[in-house]
Amino acid sequence: MSVDLATVKRVARLARIAVTEDDANRMVGELNGIINFVEQLGEVDVTGVEPMTSVTPMDMRKRVDAVTDGDKADDIVANAPVTDRNFFLVPKVVE
Amino acid sequence: MTELTSLTIAEAREKLASKEITSVELTKAYVDAIDAFNGTFNAYVTTTPEKAMEMAKASDERRVAGKVGALEGIPLGIKDLFATEGVHTQACSHILDGFKPKYESTVTQNLWDDGAVMLGKLNMDEFAMGSSNETSFYGPVINPWKAEGSNQQLVPGGSSGGSAAAVAAHLCAGATATDTGGSIRQPAAFTGTVGIKPTYGRCSRWGTVAFASSLDQAGPIARDVRDAAIMLKSMASVDKKDTTSVDLPIPDYEAALGQSVKGMKIGIPKEYRVDNMPEEIEALWSQGIAFLKDAGAEIVDISLPHTKYALPAYYIVAPAEASSNLARYDGVRFGLRVDGKDIVDMYEKTRAAGFGTEVKRRIMIGTYVLSAGYYDAYYLQAQKVRTLIKRDFETVFHAGVDAILTPATPSSAFGIADENLAADPVAMYLNDIFTVTVNMAGLPGIAVPAGLDKKGLPLGLQLIGKPFEEETLFRTAYVIEQAAGKFTPAKWW
Repeated sequence: MSVDLATVKRVARLARIAVTEDDANRMVGELNGIINFVEQLGEVDVTGVEPMTSVTPMDMRKRVDAVTDGDKADDIVANAPVTDRNFFLVPKVVE
Repeated sequence: MTELTSLTIAEAREKLASKEITSVELTKAYVDAIDAFNGTFNAYVTTTPEKAMEMAKASDERRVAGKVGALEGIPLGIKDLFATEGVHTQACSHILDGFKPKYESTVTQNLWDDGAVMLGKLNMDEFAMGSSNETSFYGPVINPWKAEGSNQQLVPGGSSGGSAAAVAAHLCAGATATDTGGSIRQPAAFTGTVGIKPTYGRCSRWGTVAFASSLDQAGPIARDVRDAAIMLKSMASVDKKDTTSVDLPIPDYEAALGQSVKGMKIGIPKEYRVDNMPEEIEALWSQGIAFLKDAGAEIVDISLPHTKYALPAYYIVAPAEASSNLARYDGVRFGLRVDGKDIVDMYEKTRAAGFGTEVKRRIMIGTYVLSAGYYDAYYLQAQKVRTLIKRDFETVFHAGVDAILTPATPSSAFGIADENLAADPVAMYLNDIFTVTVNMAGLPGIAVPAGLDKKGLPLGLQLIGKPFEEETLFRTAYVIEQAAGKFTPAKWW
């Protein structure tokens, strides 16, 4: 499989990264280089092999479903670029 | 008087305990050294001298009161990936401009609870993606090592390049680092320092900026094996805030040093003898085998048949996880925002301006391999191969092998702005060929300096252990260190 210019632009859109025509053209070569490198995995026989989901067999630790944290609105918005009274501000999303 | 900054953590600990020196004196020596030489190395991206002196003073007061932690009064550098409350934490990315967290990472909190002093935040590859520290928004780090008779500036490795350079140039007593594919061990090998990536789950990942969550682990870079053992004991903990941290007792790693390796079985994997391996790396490996044999270890040839697939599998799994983890940087909750005509335009412009070339490349790869129609061919296949890589290790450990000895890197440190590497991302990725298998299998791995190449640059060996048997690695690495000696760069700065 190899990626073309249209695929690069589609993936950039999915990844929410604006790319110029020049960026996209450069990325075609770079991404194909990496894709070609990883293609060799196709030659491994994985019949009956389970995909890894955790490197160490472990049971997820659970806790009581209760509020253990909170009342930190000021802290949460402290690093945001634009806020108003503990709300994050974004460009209008509904007309 | 001997320079205070030349003391190892263990030596400083002794002088502090005997009241020969105070933490204020020791910390001041480091603050002055950073003032004088950080401009030369670019190891720190931000320094916190006032906080350091305050913490040192408090440490000296605790000592008078008889409260002495395991790292009491020891000045450390912290990789920019660890959240430090109220202090620059940006993973050396432009997209986290101005980010000062309101919380402290568990690893750094553990260090402060044990009495350590913070000197500042260390340079790294952006979001820990790189093997040369050249992807940092803050510019490259200069390796304190230079080839004999050459003035060429060399990279310290990456991603923990600032950590390794600061330790080697004595700009901190020890440093925190993280390792996703080799980011502790490769820079340690390039700078003649010791770095250990512990077993996945040994250190909490809470408050560490996430790159690839199933691979990321924190660990120390230190001047010698003993210092690495002291630091790891403090960094490790089980943590309610990270459900993948493991509830197992943390041994006294230092106690393992000096224990005999007699009768231990050391595996030598034939698949690590790669094509075009420099003769010097081959010679170093043989030297390491000889050191351990002389100490009474039994050397056995082993096979890890899926080794060659670890790096390609890594370059699917790591970017896939990264593309998901880095989705949070959207210009809304923290860091950089570039305005756009609507919200999607704002996201796209912010991420285009905020991420560097290598980070964008990996997000793109990750997004591609996870996209509809490709998931099974790439991601699922890579996760199955990962199962096989882990199984290779389990098979040899089950057959009685205690630890595995390999080279740490395929070469010594290379030049800054190397043209061949800049032109070919995959060539740069090959730096991690010996280290990445360990992350894929979640195992512990330590890099220990074992010699110099013909150019006078340090080379490291890697020991790989069974899950949660870091003690075996410290014990074995100490034998290599005792035999090979320690390596410090000739001071040109």
